[in-house]
Amino acid sequence: MAAEKEMTAKMTDIMAQFVGFTAKKLPDDVIAKLQELRDKEDSPMAKVIYDTMFRNQELAVKLNRPSCQDTGALQFWVKCGTKFPLIDDVEGLLKEAVMQATVNTPLRHNAVETFDEYNTGKNVGKGLPTVWWDIVPHSDECEIYTYMAGGGCTLPGNATVLMPGEGYEGITKFVLDRMTSYGLNACPPLLVGVGVATSVETAALNSKKALMRPIGSHNPNANAAKMERLLEDGINAIGLGPQGMGGHYSVMGVNIENTARHPSAIGVAVNVGCWSHRRGHIVFDKDLNFRIDTHTGFEYKPTV
Amino acid sequence: MAVEIKDGKKILVTPVSRDDLKDIHIGDIVYLSGDLTTCRDVAHRRVVEEGRQIPVDVRDAAILHAGPIIRPLGDDKYQMVSVGPTTSMRMEKFEYEFVKTTGVRVIVGKGGMKGNTERACKEFGAIHCVFPAGNAVVAATEVEEIVEAQWKDLGMPETLWHCHVKEFGPLIVSIDAYGKNYFEEKKVEYNKKKDEQVELISRQVGFIK
Repeated sequence: MAAEKEMTAKMTDIMAQFVGFTAKKLPDDVIAKLQELRDKEDSPMAKVIYDTMFRNQELAVKLNRPSCQDTGALQFWVKCGTKFPLIDDVEGLLKEAVMQATVNTPLRHNAVETFDEYNTGKNVGKGLPTVWWDIVPHSDECEIYTYMAGGGCTLPGNATVLMPGEGYEGITKFVLDRMTSYGLNACPPLLVGVGVATSVETAALNSKKALMRPIGSHNPNANAAKMERLLEDGINAIGLGPQGMGGHYSVMGVNIENTARHPSAIGVAVNVGCWSHRRGHIVFDKDLNFRIDTHTGFEYKPTV
Repeated sequence: MAVEIKDGKKILVTPVSRDDLKDIHIGDIVYLSGDLTTCRDVAHRRVVEEGRQIPVDVRDAAILHAGPIIRPLGDDKYQMVSVGPTTSMRMEKFEYEFVKTTGVRVIVGKGGMKGNTERACKEFGAIHCVFPAGNAVVAATEVEEIVEAQWKDLGMPETLWHCHVKEFGPLIVSIDAYGKNYFEEKKVEYNKKKDEQVELISRQVGFIK
């Protein structure tokens, strides 16, 4: 029992530090993609904006401050093995880790209780941080995606259910309409997550999981992968550019996640990540040894 | 002279006059040195709806639509830790009256604004600029000093933080003193291209056969 308590404290400590770290340094794939897009823009305005973005990311690490003042309402997608020794404690310790990170990083206070309408000042509240669970049979590992998204890139999120007659053409229009109405204010270049399923919540969850996929990865289904490419080229051709002020590239990518649908309905959802796409991915083994494949440069300094 | 050119940068130095803005057009990149005060939702409401006098004189100076993270240093001194622009459109309904009443010359925020602000910029000689969002550390390090804090009862994000800034920017002009609007012009172009792309993609995704 004492051992479990010690392990919980250790995992909390690691998660609090990792969450804080992701507020200050972007994932390696995001940095690489931004560098690629920066090199391909030629207008003086786009260049000035990209220069500012890169200077900001350098300063954030140097001064040890969150790179963007909006550090989001924290979300976690947990893929936990049934044999992982702390499975009972994961959800509680993530909440505790968010409270610790809020003070130590510091993170902005972004948890407002609905209906009572007050800010808790701790970044936690009823059902916040959000934790989505996938249970993995026979595994003793625990895989956690962390995500902080600001209000700006949360706003374009939308989901609907189309009639089959509207088809994938309807999905195309649904996604592209959102780019010109809300996308340009959501801090492009964006990562666009599209979910295709049956109902609003299945599509919406797919669209969020799509945002956790690495930039440049493709859906294993050939048609879905083709649509990713078509949407990426299409949104780029709109020419939103950095900050929506014009340029050759609007997006870092389009990721589609899909599940089977009811014959009478096509659920579709779109979710976007801003250029400051602060997602992290950490995998613990049963002894709490961990590996991080999204970021380089994280150093855990035990405080417990 | 309130417009300086330094290392190829065009820098507006407060106080800024109407005349100083005559060669500035939408899409231009400028910087700001001098007085910049954070001012957002409730402060706009107080000035416009409540008719209260703004306790920081922003005439011929600049406001920033933002809610910063501030570190108190004691003795009424403060440090700017992190500051980024917030969506300017929330202030759109107040901005005509706000500019008319306060005489502010430079409004800095995020994203575009619309007709009320265009009218104010044209009639009273003002501009709206975008500071590239998500760059909170750059912005914070361009604040030299917080000289005063007013309306502190509004809490940290909404307090009027009167800052001295040095070469604050880049600021991209989204509405100029002629009332031209960068985002509104771009949106026409974006929507036209979007319609073309919807048609183009739709021809290639007929997966239901």
